[in-house]
Amino acid sequence: MTLAKAKWYETKKFRVSFKAWIITFFLLAGSLLVLLPLWWMVSTSLKSPQEIAQYPPTFFPREFHFSNYLEAWQTAPFTRWAMNTLFIATMGMIGSVLVNSLVAYSFAKIRFKGKNILFIIILATMLIPGFVTLVPQYILFSKLGWVNTYLPLIVPAFFGSAFFIFLLRQFMMTIPNELMEAAILDGAGHLQIWWHIMLPLTKPALIAVAIFSFNGSWNDLLGPLLYLNDERMYTLQIGLQTFRGTVQTQWHYLMAMSVTVLLPVIALFFFFQRYFIEGANINSGTKG
Amino acid sequence: MRVNQTGAAGKTIVNEMKSPEEKDHDLSVVKKGRKKMPRGKKENLIGYLFISPWLIGFLGLTLGPMLFSLYASFTNYNITSRMDFIGFSNYKRMFQFDDLFTVSLWNTIYYVAFTVPLTTVGAILIAVLLNQKIKGMSIFRTVFYLPAVLSGVGVYFLWMQMLSPSTGLVNTILAWFGIAGPAWLFDPEWTKPALILMKMWSVGGGMLLYLASLQGVSKQMYEAALLDGANVFHRFFYITLPMITPIIFFDIVTSTIGSFQVFQEAYVMSQSGDGGPANSLLFYNLHMWNNAFELFDMGYASAMAWVLFIIVLILTVFHLYLSKKWVYYEGGDGR
Repeated sequence: MTLAKAKWYETKKFRVSFKAWIITFFLLAGSLLVLLPLWWMVSTSLKSPQEIAQYPPTFFPREFHFSNYLEAWQTAPFTRWAMNTLFIATMGMIGSVLVNSLVAYSFAKIRFKGKNILFIIILATMLIPGFVTLVPQYILFSKLGWVNTYLPLIVPAFFGSAFFIFLLRQFMMTIPNELMEAAILDGAGHLQIWWHIMLPLTKPALIAVAIFSFNGSWNDLLGPLLYLNDERMYTLQIGLQTFRGTVQTQWHYLMAMSVTVLLPVIALFFFFQRYFIEGANINSGTKG
Repeated sequence: MRVNQTGAAGKTIVNEMKSPEEKDHDLSVVKKGRKKMPRGKKENLIGYLFISPWLIGFLGLTLGPMLFSLYASFTNYNITSRMDFIGFSNYKRMFQFDDLFTVSLWNTIYYVAFTVPLTTVGAILIAVLLNQKIKGMSIFRTVFYLPAVLSGVGVYFLWMQMLSPSTGLVNTILAWFGIAGPAWLFDPEWTKPALILMKMWSVGGGMLLYLASLQGVSKQMYEAALLDGANVFHRFFYITLPMITPIIFFDIVTSTIGSFQVFQEAYVMSQSGDGGPANSLLFYNLHMWNNAFELFDMGYASAMAWVLFIIVLILTVFHLYLSKKWVYYEGGDGR
């Protein structure tokens, strides 16, 4: 028996691959927990009401009732609601990208008095719970006669948001001043520099802002719930909420429409994954 | 005379002190023959012009409304007719007469006390796992982050279905292990745990932040620790954890503020805001919402908003104070 020779389970190679297997096991188990609810949603949406009610529940639908989707979609004005949501989300997205990048540019690249104090105020507003301003904002918008219009859901986006300004400002700080100086020598003003130099260079961060903004509008229930009364003006979120009143506990319809409403978000996520991660990275890189 | 002299001398000194740039600028004024704004002032103006949307929004949509609501909180404002000054009555009512206020505050604290630590620890654990070198890691990262982008009514419906006591997925799985699952959203004891469980599903959202900061921890430290014979746990608790404390701090502060505002899920899952069984889902904001937009008691709702703001502010300041004891800032702590 050789003393020096390590046993097979003591070799480095084994230990490394053993560790990898353990980690992979936990990650697979976690992924299963994450994905199971999504599978459950799709599976329930395709079942018949009888199959949903039976015990024990089935994981895989016995019959695929794709018609659930069409029937549910036709039970309520979902097409109209989808268009409304798309309109609000797109307008909000345009406002967010333009205004926040302009404000961020000023904080990143222009020297003006009181800049630091104002920037601290921006950061501080992130600590104010949105609900604190909800009531007085409602009063303001109702005095302006904006209730039951899309204005309260779109206009605030054109006044910037602290989080997006911060995110874009951090990104713009990393862009070297030399790039601007050449433009200044050529006689360009700040507006031109912002439009022709800064916007193209900050495209990844702008896309991140666009996605976060779109996603936020798409998933927002609170705003539409507060400001929209007319069913024809509803968004998908509030439409889905009232849809429950119509179909009661007909889970096959409810799940079919839930899948439909979530599908664009999932698609957006898979197409622009990189930018979601980009947004989070900019954020943490500066707080570390 | 003397005064004049010094004055003149002062002027020349100022002239001498002018930067070449400004002298050029003066020249340009002469050349073009029209008055031009000095450079600094122009930059100021453009700077303010560029931030004006935010500034107007801040004054008009945040500060103004907040001050208005501060005033309204001392009145019996009902948005249409009356707005009489009633002193501290709204605040007194909150703490002395409104039982639902106490219930809603308690429900909210319960929710915050569980979600904040659970999501923080969960996000760190997932981030550590996702920071290893394993095949297919980018797929795992995508999967774990996915639920974070999914929110809104569709997700709440999904969980209501899954938490259904008899045929739901959650109790079915619990039954495999011989556990008789609770009635979840129908049992006042279990409604809040149900919401916390749902929140845990999207715990991967906070993971990205940690992942980015984990990747910033220098490899040399781990190598040095390995030479000293530190094991996995030593390395985690003495290197990894201290290095990411700034992010933990940030995460705790923002998720505390966020959790205090739990509303949408409770509104949807408790049949349009009625508070669920035995008011167990009547969260602070739901109660505020009902007072403001069901009863139009804007004065009272404004007072509630201010109490919420003060609670959150105190908690943030408290976190800030505590952070000095446990948050480690690489390269000096700026104190």
